[in-house]
Amino acid sequence: MDIHEYQAKELLSKFGVTIPRGGLAYSPEQATYRASEIGGNGWVVKAQIHSGARGKAGGIKVCRDDGEVWDAADQLLGKRLVTVQTGPQGKLVSRLYIEEVSDIDKEFYLSYVMDRASERIVVVASAAGGMDIEEIAHSQPETIIRVTVDPAVGMQAFQAREVAFGLGVEPDLVSKLERTILGAYRAFRDLDATMVEINPLVVTKNKSIVALDAKMSFDENALFRRPQISELRDKSQEDARETYASDRGLSYVGLDGDIGCVVNGAGLAMATLDMIKLAGGEPANFLDIGGGASPERVAKSFRAVLKDKNVKALLVNVFAGINRCDWVAKGVVDAVRELDIKMPVVVRLAGTNVEEGRKIIDESGLTVISADSLGEAAEKAVAAVRAITAKAA
Amino acid sequence: MAIFINEHTPVLVQGFTGRIGTFHAQEMIDYGTNVVGGVTPGKGGTTHLGRPVFNTMKGAVEETGAQASIVFVPPPFAADAIMEAADAGIRYCTCITDGIPAQDMIRVKRYMRRYKKESRMVLTGPNCAGTISPGKAMLGIMPGHIYLPGRVGIVGRSGTLGYEAASQMKALGIGVSTSVGIGGDPINGSSFRDVFEHFESDPETDAVLMIGEIGGPQEAEAGAWARDNMKKPVVAYIAGLSAPKGRRMGHAGAIVSAFGESAAEKVEILKAAGVIIAPTPAEMGATIAKVLGGMRKVA
Repeated sequence: MDIHEYQAKELLSKFGVTIPRGGLAYSPEQATYRASEIGGNGWVVKAQIHSGARGKAGGIKVCRDDGEVWDAADQLLGKRLVTVQTGPQGKLVSRLYIEEVSDIDKEFYLSYVMDRASERIVVVASAAGGMDIEEIAHSQPETIIRVTVDPAVGMQAFQAREVAFGLGVEPDLVSKLERTILGAYRAFRDLDATMVEINPLVVTKNKSIVALDAKMSFDENALFRRPQISELRDKSQEDARETYASDRGLSYVGLDGDIGCVVNGAGLAMATLDMIKLAGGEPANFLDIGGGASPERVAKSFRAVLKDKNVKALLVNVFAGINRCDWVAKGVVDAVRELDIKMPVVVRLAGTNVEEGRKIIDESGLTVISADSLGEAAEKAVAAVRAITAKAA
Repeated sequence: MAIFINEHTPVLVQGFTGRIGTFHAQEMIDYGTNVVGGVTPGKGGTTHLGRPVFNTMKGAVEETGAQASIVFVPPPFAADAIMEAADAGIRYCTCITDGIPAQDMIRVKRYMRRYKKESRMVLTGPNCAGTISPGKAMLGIMPGHIYLPGRVGIVGRSGTLGYEAASQMKALGIGVSTSVGIGGDPINGSSFRDVFEHFESDPETDAVLMIGEIGGPQEAEAGAWARDNMKKPVVAYIAGLSAPKGRRMGHAGAIVSAFGESAAEKVEILKAAGVIIAPTPAEMGATIAKVLGGMRKVA
């Protein structure tokens, strides 16, 4: 789960990371009020969306007076900001963060990730701040510092010092930087984060260490014990199709094609999408209805997939173990009737009681297309979509 | 032989008396698994499914001599259950539970390092369908009847895609020595490579099918190990060809976040390591058949 920059900064500041003075605004009126509250003679108006690369997309504006703050806020609020990470539809800006301008002396990159190779938390830092890590890894790989944390004892002060000295700060700033590095680590550990990125982390002209931008993601499996993090969820930043499905306990990822997929198991769902591609079609979604495929879950899945208006045909692929095929088949037939689905529905069932399942499908009187194998199901779904497209043309 | 479990392996069920634990324990017993009891803290001294229930794993192992366990404990308590099994002297544990926090698994992996490699419990999962040695024992939630007993080892991240492979193989008359689920989480008990080691030294396994997916370094690492250490042929299918970068495809671990983690990149890495690639998920069985046919000709 992702959160906004201002939320990440608030969390990090509780762990001893210094952040610039700032405040949230929902209107131009509030934005100018925030600016006057903060004081000084320069402010940054920052669009709060779940994406990086906001600066390049025009989502961050430096302002010198009240009028500029008002105009920046007026332009950004209600706009869909398109960055390299959001896709062409962009993300809606409904909150702004107004922040004091910092006088930057040096910029660093600092992040914490769950490293799958070492199965530990790894700290990654670089003196080449401001760029994204892939750029740094490409253009200045020698500047990257990596430190692996032993989960039994947590991050030690000497490890933070190694990072601090590695970044080349002046000796009198090392202890401040050490506190920041350890603080952000504790935030990662104590809040069940999967990623913390402070980029840039800056040294200001008056020798403070400040997190100028911050991103945090959290382990959804751990939200049960982090209610204060769950509250930070902003559904307006998510794909509406995905929110609808996840609120109903389904694992759904929206894609750009026209064949809606309903599959049990994440691996089999991915394999089904692969088969559609190989057969020359384009899947509209990834959807895992879970290992057990009860009739209720089948109906819920149909509703979720049909939220996507691009869908021209449905492909159901269920490998029934505990849930027998006849039971799943009944669920499919009921859902097609109840939702009055007119588009082609290709159903492939395998596993326990497959014969009885197919019989229910074949004798339903519905125009449901049966398939025996994974390959056949994909080919029939692709053919069905082609027939519709040909007719329309 | 098979690996990890056979018809004699005494098994404990952790989370025995819960709804899910009860259902699958009964299925395992019906399949012929030697279930000797289970653990549910607070219900020790009672009997469930005709077997004794214990409060602690230590007590259960002392009484029954169990060597393997299966974990159905809910996510908040599952990591604790795994560590309890390791501490009680269990040799092999599979964890079915889906939804364990990643930092809990980091702690489990660190905890298990306190045991010497020879005496360390082997953990597979979490978030998997379990392990089956067809015709001998089932320690999982899979439909047992789709597996034909035989001599091909299967190791995969996904449950139902593993079923797909086993049933394609059964249709071609090819059987399975043991099928192992390593689960879809980013941090798991055993990697593909770890399971390869067991298959390579198992006299009842002739070839191995690896069912991988996008995300993480484990498929590539297993390929490199197979190239340097395995005499038995390895066939692989990698799911997620059509997965966009940065999107999580159901499994917590199925996300392309670094170079070498996409399906196409993994396929290239594996091919270079001499692994035979099943070009589509519909051809996992046929690819295995081809490889076995080739082996017979050579012999």
